Parts: sequence; structure tokens; C-alpha cells
Amino acid sequence: MATYTTNDFRPGMKFMLDGEPVAIIENNFVRPGKGQAFAKTKVHYLLSGRIVEKTFKSGDNFEVADVMETDMEYLYTDGEYWHFMDPNSFEQVAADEKAVGENVKWLKEQDSCMVTLFNGTPISITPPNFVVQEVVETDPGLKGDTSGSGGKPATLESGAVVRVPLFVQIGEKIKVDTRNGEYVSRA
Amino acid sequence: MPMNLPKVLQIRAQVFRSIREYFHDTNALEVDTSLLREFSVTDPYMSAMVALSPAGKKLGYLQTSPEYAMKKLLCHGSGDIYQLGKVFRSEEEGLHHSSEFTMLEWYRVGFNHRQLMDEVFQIIQLICGDLPRQDMSYRDAFLKYADIDPFDMTVEELSLFAESKLGKLPDNMLYDNYLTLLFSQLVESQFTSNEVTFIYDFPASQASLARTAERDYGTIGCRFEAYLGGLELANGFWELIEPIEQLARFHNDNSIRNQLGYPKIEIDDTFISALQKGLPDCAGVALGIDRLIMAKLGENNIRRVLPKIFSVNQ
Repeated sequence: MATYTTNDFRPGMKFMLDGEPVAIIENNFVRPGKGQAFAKTKVHYLLSGRIVEKTFKSGDNFEVADVMETDMEYLYTDGEYWHFMDPNSFEQVAADEKAVGENVKWLKEQDSCMVTLFNGTPISITPPNFVVQEVVETDPGLKGDTSGSGGKPATLESGAVVRVPLFVQIGEKIKVDTRNGEYVSRA
Repeated sequence: MPMNLPKVLQIRAQVFRSIREYFHDTNALEVDTSLLREFSVTDPYMSAMVALSPAGKKLGYLQTSPEYAMKKLLCHGSGDIYQLGKVFRSEEEGLHHSSEFTMLEWYRVGFNHRQLMDEVFQIIQLICGDLPRQDMSYRDAFLKYADIDPFDMTVEELSLFAESKLGKLPDNMLYDNYLTLLFSQLVESQFTSNEVTFIYDFPASQASLARTAERDYGTIGCRFEAYLGGLELANGFWELIEPIEQLARFHNDNSIRNQLGYPKIEIDDTFISALQKGLPDCAGVALGIDRLIMAKLGENNIRRVLPKIFSVNQ
């Protein structure tokens, strides 16, 4: 079993804590004068999503978490699972509702997506920072309103709803930032 | 990221020169003891780097401080001495830690720890200019900043208190581990910035190489630490001179190591036999020079004041 000690800790490193894989967000070495040294470590629990600051004794050992991030192609959903394929090995994995979470709204068949696997099972998905999708539904737009202040909601082919400028019409392709869900430009 | 390197080098050289002039003027002899020695320290919380020959033969340990080597000189009649140079501590890397750093260590014959505190204050001011000073016993600091008496709690009470403040903590914690953690998280973080704080009279269990004394609330180690703001700069002792007591502490360190699952360290018997010859009554202190320079420049990252070029990723 591979292990890390706190001396190996770096941001992004993943290890097992309380039976759950965690990723290190931030790590600080604390050694007040003489005496025991500690690591104050901010960790992200990858299953529950919690972010917690933990205190470890310097030198304590932790099991390396078998967590892998792979770019995969989204294939389809059967209603219960979302299926992804590794474009190199053609191996397929199925992600449940918890794993796809909120990001399900960005999934478009054949699009590439980063899948985080824990012991081979998907635990989360991350869409590309920017996606290009077709607008499938939006109001025709209010003629004469050129203030451009509010915009209007538009539904994309993946099902996501984003606010777009009034001039955007059904059938147009637009570029969207998936991190904040904001319209970037026409594509 | 380093600061402007030529500026760092200038300041470091000035600081070295001021320190050497100060000790020349006050009659302490500069010594340069070996940094590669056969023995390391038993301190459970210190790990020394091991030096190997190209063939893998163990040559010795890089010293974590020149303390034993300097005390051996004192036992042989050196009188007041100081050493300014690098020391090494394995796997200590952080904002305020570098595993190789510059230490000033000195000993004054006939001083106790309170007298040496005054001289430490003088040296800090020599480098950083005039500063206010506050002195507090270890117990008073805990009473003031954390509202607990570190001399009057069971390990269970301490554990409950620590977890109520800091969340779930590791299982294998000893009494002093809790105190160390609480001191760093609740006490030193509240010291007034731009003020030198001296903490003295540590619990006897943290006496290290200091002699012990009785107070009405318990037994203390005649030890002090100096801080500028929340940054620890120096650690000093009114030195323990009893060889039998010293040997017992080394054995105790090894039993704590055993309890914590750390490797046992061979005891430096050359140091014990020097103490048998007789260490004069003295006080000694180690002061981190890189930290002193950080304090002088208002920097919060030790890497910005070290005399080296870091790769872009660091």
C-alpha cells in the first residue's frame, strides 16, 4: 500500500482520510519552537464535497488515494447512469446521479469531459471550461429594447439554461463558460 | 520568490558584521565547531540529516544546532563563546522554516536565563531598531490568551479543550503535544506585532536541556523563547549542568520516541563525559538569523531572505 507522510503534502495530492478520498487544497507546516511539529491542512473531501481544515502530526502516514482524472467522451444516459468512454482504451464507465451532480446540465453527447475516478468508479465530472452549444429555445427577443441590461434565458441542447443577450436566436451556436454559467460570445 | 538578491546579500552581510562586532566588544569568542558529528540529538521532535559516503557508509549527522559541541568547549574552559553559521533539520519546510538555515548560538558563563533574555533583547534591537518589550511566564501567557492553566489540567481535559478549539486532532497525542499545538494556534498568534515578547518558565516536561526550578504552581524548566510579533526568534536555557540528570533526560527522550513510534537515537556519551568534567554555570541561546532578517524587513516568507536563487516554480 503506497503511503504519503505529511512531509510529502502538496496542493492537489490525494490521500485517504476517514475512509474517503481527499484532495489537499493548502498545507502549512507548523512547528512552534521546540516540540511536536504539525501540518495544518485544508482538504477537500472528494465524495461529500466538504472542505475542512485538519491538524496532523508531522510525519504521520496516509494511504495514497487511488484517484485518477481522465478525459473521457460522454456517450449517453439510460436515465439512471451516465456513460463515458475512454477514447484511447474504449473502456466505458457509468457515473451515477451523485457523481454527475450539477454538471449534468452541460453534458452533450460526444463531448469530452474530465471524469474523476476513485478505485475505478466515477465520483465527479468536470466539463471543459468553455463549451459551444446550440440554442434550442429562447424568446424571439424584445424589439426596441437595446439597453442590453438583463438579457433573456436561453436553453441549450444539453439542457443548461443561460442568460444571453437579446439578439441571440434559436439555432445559433454560443460559447459559454461552464465555471460560472455565463454567456461568452456567439460561436 | 526571492527578494532583490543584491539587497538580501547586503543586509545579510551587515547583520553578520554587526553581530560579530557586538560579540567582539562584549568579549565572547567566535568558535566554529563541526557541523558533521558522529552523534545527533535525542529530542523526539527533531530529526537530523544523515551524511553518507558515495559507497553508502554512514559518516555522521549534520548538526541541528551546535549546542553539544559548544558546551563541550565550555567544559574545557572556553569561557563565553558564540557561533554563527548554518544548521540542518530534516524535513522542516514551511513559510517560516527552511531545512537549512543560519543560526546564532551563544553562551554566557555566570548568566541565568532571565539575564540572557536581556542580551537577546539587545541583539534584536541591534538589528531591528528600538522595540517595546513584554515578558510573560508560559503559564501567564496561557491564562491570558487561552484562559487555561497548563500546569493544572489532565490530559483528558486538555484534549477536550484542544478539540473544542481546533476540531478533531490526531489520536496519538501526548500532553506536551497538545500544549505545543495550543501555544502555536491560540497564544503566540495573539502576541502584539512589532513588540518583542519573551515567554519564560516552561513546563518541566519541556525543559529540554535547561535546569528545572520550583514555582508555587509546579516545576518549571528555566527556558525562554523570544518572539517578534508572532514570529519565534530565539530559544534559550539556563543550562542543566548535572550529567546524571542529563543522561536520564536523554533516556526519557528515547522512551518518548518509542511511545510515538520514532526511531531510537544513540546517546552522545562524549557530551555526557564532558559534563562529568564540569560545565560552568551558564546560560545559552539559539537565535534564527534568517527570521531576524525577515522581522527586520517585514517579510513573511523565509525564502525571500535566503542567499540563493530559487527555480521559477518555488
